[in-house]
Formats: sequence, structure tokens, C-alpha cells
Amino acid sequence: MIPVAFDYEVAESVDHAIEMLGQYGDESKLLAGGHSLIPIMRLRLAAPSVLIDLGRLENLRYVRDGGDHLKIGALTRHRDLAFNDMVAEHCGIVGYAAGLLGDPSVQHRGTLGGTLSHGDASGDMPSVITALEGQIVIQGPNGERVVKASDFFRDYLVTDLGEQEVVTEVRVPKLDGNTGWSYKKFSRRSQDWAMVGVAAVVERSNGSIGSARIALTAMGATPIRATSVEQALSGASLDAVGEAAQSADEGTNPASDSAASAEFRRHLARVWTKRAVEEALSR
Amino acid sequence: MRRIQVNVNGATYEHEVEPRLLLVHYLREGLNLTGTMVGCNTSNCGACTVLLNGQSVKSCTLFAVQADGQEITTVQGLQTNGDWHPMQTAFHENHGLQCGYCTPGMILASISYLKENPNPNEEEIREALEGNYCRCTGYENIVKAVQQAAGQTS
Repeated sequence: MIPVAFDYEVAESVDHAIEMLGQYGDESKLLAGGHSLIPIMRLRLAAPSVLIDLGRLENLRYVRDGGDHLKIGALTRHRDLAFNDMVAEHCGIVGYAAGLLGDPSVQHRGTLGGTLSHGDASGDMPSVITALEGQIVIQGPNGERVVKASDFFRDYLVTDLGEQEVVTEVRVPKLDGNTGWSYKKFSRRSQDWAMVGVAAVVERSNGSIGSARIALTAMGATPIRATSVEQALSGASLDAVGEAAQSADEGTNPASDSAASAEFRRHLARVWTKRAVEEALSR
Repeated sequence: MRRIQVNVNGATYEHEVEPRLLLVHYLREGLNLTGTMVGCNTSNCGACTVLLNGQSVKSCTLFAVQADGQEITTVQGLQTNGDWHPMQTAFHENHGLQCGYCTPGMILASISYLKENPNPNEEEIREALEGNYCRCTGYENIVKAVQQAAGQTS
């Protein structure tokens, strides 16, 4: 379908975008890569009257070394992340998941800041950034603030972003040699949204598990940490994984839809949590 | 309406367009470049694939205004001096098509991918083309064509 008519403005800078958000109010919407927004505009599920295009802000497209973490500009395309050497070396799960979502043409356009701002709990990057305990840098009329991923995703398609705020950067920790990762995504067909996804970041310690951080995709309105599995694995031996993963769906609230029933999603969460943690331990 | 200037297949065009005009419709109806197909209209099938500054994109999921000032290549811009692009030749020689509807998108997505990975194996080619559907299911020869083209360009 053809979207409802709208006015189009090009943001020359983040400050300019913030100013225009103030001017046009909640009838306006930020456009980055457009690979979440344009499809829903085409379905007329969204009909903003003004689009403010951030797509020309090449200064927000970067990966930088921040010491113990990586700084990723919000306008960095998924495909950039999939082929970035610094990401591969220090935080491979980000590059892997960025190369897994959609397809190459989608990855050429879609941006990390865009997919996080869209806040779809079926998206891959929200749970990956949540498992990493990443941070989201937000700019607004009153300056900059930094929000933990766990505080950023509030509800289904709702984030902590205020009406006049823009995500400018995402920070993820550099993983050391004792920390392995895995992202497991289960879907029926190539390119589909995850029926269930599991992001696992697991630290090894003296032949056992030090700590595990696990976030689930499509198991509720936001990315959900599998806290009971994390607690069971803290300091546990390597053979504890199978039993611990049995509680992966605790505290989740998966939907039943045409892709899968809630019960099946719970089953998948348990199975893929086990496999994800095992893979993370082997890396 | 908004004025845009784009370079398509080496020629510069300037038009007043409605912001909601999708790039695929601008190419087909504005510039009469009907080699770019409309398929699923949901960013899945890849029939509308074009190169934007050399990288494959789905022109059904891009507004023409977003392409202002950029360079676009469609299947109709691949020839040089009347000679086919090596990828076109490879699709021809391997019969990498049946009905031909997906072919422009397949060729452009493959050209884009070989720039990122000049020596892919078969599995990598199949993964790289996951966003391009051939509903005749003629994938075997499509993959062979890309393998041949990769051999020539590497």
C-alpha cells in the first residue's frame, strides 16, 4: 500500500532534529534507515504527518573504541556492524546478530539506533543489547542522558525516549577472553521475525560458570532477562546448564499468534536457552 | 512536493516528487525504468532490488526523497558500451532464470554481495540471496551463475 501523505524534513544535525521534534510535536516521527517505520507506514499502521529524516547524519555512523567498551553511532547500519573488525574482536555477538537479521539489503539500510528506538520485542538487537547490559545515549532539548538497556525498553513498541529525544549512540562492553556469547534465533523461514530468540553472554571462571546474562526475544512486550536461569548458573558447574535452562520461561509473557502458541514459545525458550548457553561456553 | 536530484544509471534527473512516492514507483513510472520490478511490497521478496551508492537496497522500502543526491543503478544500467555485466552473462550462460521476474533483483543483489565477499562458497551465496525470492524455485542455476561470476571477478 501507499502511505498516507506526509511532509518530509531533512535533519542537518541532531540539534536540528530535536528542534523540529519540538516544532511538529507528536504528529512527527524520526526516520533513520526506515526498515521498521516504512513497512508499517505502508500498512497504514502508522501515519505520521511529518517525517524528520536523520539519514544524512553520517557523523552518527561509527564504531569507536571507548576503552572498556565500544561506542556505536546510532546511524550505523547493520551491515556495517556485520563486517566491522573491532566489533568482531571485542563484541562478536553484535556483529553476528546484525548479520542475521533481515537480509543483506535490509542490513544496508537498517540502523542500530533505529531498531532500538522502534522497540519491537521481536527484534534481535534489543535482546542482544539487553544481554550485554549495554547503554543507550539519548540527546534531547536539555542535553544528553545515558540509559541502561534494561530501563530503555518499557512496553510493546514503547521505549524511554521522550517526545523530543533522539538516540545518538549505543555502548556495549568489550568482552574479555573468558566470556563467550551466543545468539540463537528460531524462525520457520529465512527472514522471518524470531519466534523466539536467546542472547547469552556467559563468563567462565576456573572451569565452571562465573556468571551468565541471558535475554529473550519475543517472549513478552520487551526483551526479558531469564533471571532465574542466570541465578542458577551463577558459580555453577558446566553440567548445570540443562537443568537451569528449564526455568528459562519463568516470568515471561509470550503471545499466541499465527507464528506460534505461547506454550510452544515457552518450550522454545527452554530449549534454545540451553543451546545458547552451551554455545557461549564453547566460544 | 519536494525537488530531488538523482543520478540513475549514469544520467542525472531532477523532479518534483511527493514525499510518499516510493523509489520503485519513481523509477518505474517517473523514469520509465520498468526493469525494476514490484513484487511483494513488504521488503521481503527482493524483486525491486537496486543499487544505492553501490549497495543493494529494496526500492519498495525507500522514499524517492531519501535518494536525493544519491547514485542509483538498476538492471538497465549494468551494460558498458553494449556489453553485459559479467553477472548478466553468468545468469544467461547458466540459465539462472525461469520466468525472469526475480532476475533483475537477483543480479543486483549478487553484484552487491560480491563486492563485500569476492570469493564466497555456495552456502554463503545462498545466505546472501535470502532476501531475493525466485517463485519458480530456480535457485540451483542462480547459485551456479553467481559462482561463475565470482570466479571471473576475483
